[in-house]
Amino acid sequence: MAVFIDLMLLGMLAITALRVIFLKDLFAVVMLFGIYSFLSALIFVNLDAVDVAFTEAAVGAGISTVLMLGTLALTGRKEKTNNHKSWLPLLVVVATGAALIYGTLDMPPFGDPNNPAQQHVAPRYIQDSPQEVGLPNMVTSVLASYRGFDTLGETAVVFAAAIGVFSLLGLPKRDRAAIESGLKSHLVLRVVAKLIIPLILLFALYVQFHGDYGPGGGFQAGVIAAAAIILYALVFGLPLATHVLQPSLLKVLAALGVLIYAGTGVVSLFLGGNFLDYNVLASDPIAGQHLGIIIIELGVGITVFAAMLAIFYAFAGQAERKNIP
Amino acid sequence: MFEQHLLVLPIVLPLIAAPICILLMKSHLAWVFATIISGLSFFISVDLLFATLEQGVLNYAVGGWESPWGIELRIDAASAIVLSVVTGISTLVLVYAKESIAKEIDSSRHTLFYSAHLLCLTGLSGILITGDAFNLFVFLEISSLSTYTLVSLASDKRCLTAAFRYLVMGTIGATFILIGVGMMYMKTGTLNMLDLANRIAEYDGNRTINTGLAFILVGVSIKLALFPLHMWLPPAYTHAPSAVSAFLASTATKVAVYVMIRFIFTIYGAEYVFFTMDMDIILMVLAIVAIFKCSFMATVQSNIKTVLAYSSVAQIGYMILGISLVSSTGLMAGLLHVFNHALMKGALFMAVGAVFYRIGSVDIKAFQGLGKQMPLTMAAFAIAGLSIIGVPLTAGFVSKWYLVTAAIEQQHWIVAFLVLIGSLLAVVYIGRILEAAYFKKPSELTEGKTIKEAPILMLIPMWILVIANIYFGIDTSLSVTAADTAAQWLTQSIPEPFVSIPSVVTEETIK
Repeated sequence: MAVFIDLMLLGMLAITALRVIFLKDLFAVVMLFGIYSFLSALIFVNLDAVDVAFTEAAVGAGISTVLMLGTLALTGRKEKTNNHKSWLPLLVVVATGAALIYGTLDMPPFGDPNNPAQQHVAPRYIQDSPQEVGLPNMVTSVLASYRGFDTLGETAVVFAAAIGVFSLLGLPKRDRAAIESGLKSHLVLRVVAKLIIPLILLFALYVQFHGDYGPGGGFQAGVIAAAAIILYALVFGLPLATHVLQPSLLKVLAALGVLIYAGTGVVSLFLGGNFLDYNVLASDPIAGQHLGIIIIELGVGITVFAAMLAIFYAFAGQAERKNIP
Repeated sequence: MFEQHLLVLPIVLPLIAAPICILLMKSHLAWVFATIISGLSFFISVDLLFATLEQGVLNYAVGGWESPWGIELRIDAASAIVLSVVTGISTLVLVYAKESIAKEIDSSRHTLFYSAHLLCLTGLSGILITGDAFNLFVFLEISSLSTYTLVSLASDKRCLTAAFRYLVMGTIGATFILIGVGMMYMKTGTLNMLDLANRIAEYDGNRTINTGLAFILVGVSIKLALFPLHMWLPPAYTHAPSAVSAFLASTATKVAVYVMIRFIFTIYGAEYVFFTMDMDIILMVLAIVAIFKCSFMATVQSNIKTVLAYSSVAQIGYMILGISLVSSTGLMAGLLHVFNHALMKGALFMAVGAVFYRIGSVDIKAFQGLGKQMPLTMAAFAIAGLSIIGVPLTAGFVSKWYLVTAAIEQQHWIVAFLVLIGSLLAVVYIGRILEAAYFKKPSELTEGKTIKEAPILMLIPMWILVIANIYFGIDTSLSVTAADTAAQWLTQSIPEPFVSIPSVVTEETIK
């Protein structure tokens, strides 16, 4: 049954991808990208990788769709017709595809428990992480503790992306004359948004702090919280949103998150452990691990929230500037 | 108390400094802070280089988790050499950048520049120090993203197209590397480099492992701009701010060369890559074509930064040629050239940046008659240029000498001959510029104007590199010993992990 669902989803994924290639309407393409992400999220759920699915749904289908729409607001929704036919790119793509298929020929059997990926490092994560790290969600144990250095790097990647957007687009000024923007005239939207935004923020906090026990963590929480503010900006207009959360504050927050994460590592250096060794943060190693993971997840959440929202502000600020005659 | 943690500091220092630069708000403060941090990383790197030469490999378990479960940092002579180059050049470029970016980057973006520079340094140091294949990819992403930002900071709008092209190619490269690492993981269940090496050695001619190798090599080749995947490099280096060109030309591609060496020699094993897969012939042909095609392209450009960019692609050819000779002398020549080329290209791009600072153009016409008007800058350009050509008593001569020796050792007479012919092309493209500077009358760009010498803050780092070019051309003991040790270590058969590695960070030293 699971295999059947997988095949169905994969088939739909392929159809979506093909449609993306041939469609000229970029707005529809962005929507299809959202569908593509949701389909991938479903496949991840089917593979029992709920944390990955959650991230894919929040980042792939959620925030990146908004950001791509923000880009379309600047560039227009029609793809430029390209009459220049070139066989070289096609050849490269076909060769890459052929290489990938060739690579699958000796791939370990799908879902086999005896696969190297299941047999080598994974058993220790599964068996010992409840004692060593003490978290029920071992995905969080792996990404925040065993491989916490990778996650620090990923947070730095998000920060680097934010720096890139700041330097290319800049941030909107806070005290610019409040022009009428947003969808304030739509009563239903306004009421629903007012109802739903606090709930989204609450959910973000839940995801942030419940990552130790269930699917979730800083990445997803940051994105969800950013989505709440983005919704606010969409309905009530960018000027009001920038009044609530100033763009310059976001810059500080994005930097702060990275500092919290890396700072935790430095604190463990001073307490006599290796970098990012949470055992030394409290007298009891398990309590230390707990504390460390909560702090670094908070760092991740803050940076992701600030970076995502700042990127949205940058795009929206450009679009508003463009629309003012 | 930080002695046992030295390994992690070249990554953590700039990583913490990058967000602080944003918080400092003031360009001047950010400059002082970034330069100090980078300088500190340089001293630590040199310390690590001497430690690896004395004690062999050093390792460090991040988070206290032993490998392969946690992420292991590992540094040997090869990584320590490149790390010293990267942090050293970064420091000099930062000193140089203050005046240079004042001219080339909008003042509201100065703190962003320093922050992106430090992030790039973090990424490059991370790639060099990590002993984990996926961790390497994460740091590659940090350095790549910040590099695209750095290129796009120039006030010349053409930098945006160049940065976008770089971004597209770089992302394809990174994705290929990730696919390759994924395929390795699928067959081995591990990401630790030494563990991977041991487990890959168990397979013989596995198609998934082979495909993984192919994807990694193509991905890294894009990153290091190996011909014919180099098309992103000339526009990126031409239109980037001068300080960025100087930094990237002498570090980013070098680190990618290191990544290739690491994957070939440490993870897959030279025997497998070169004898089973015959990659040496492919690499050798591409390297030689790169040397000739791109040296020739360099001779016909009028924008001097483009000349230097094409020259970089050609010089990368020499490094890859060294690797493809499949001998420890060849590998050593390649590593030595990584070191020496960083010194030359850094100095050359700094000199060109100084010319842009005074004249506002980097066209060959702007250089006419500059020998008299900017004597120190042009003398620096001339000496670094001679080093590119490979004139005796410069660093460039040393690496070419060992490269020719390695080729002759392997009885590749034609290759040795081609290396010498390639140098003649360098004579042409450097000679053209020197001719314009010293023997031509000032063009309409500079005629009648008095051009002042470059500011002192630009001259000092430039001349430090020039003096290094001469020093390492005469006293080769440090550079050659380090490269030789690194090459010996890499060409050994795979060492037994977790047992026989001399390590300074053991439980005892921590307690």
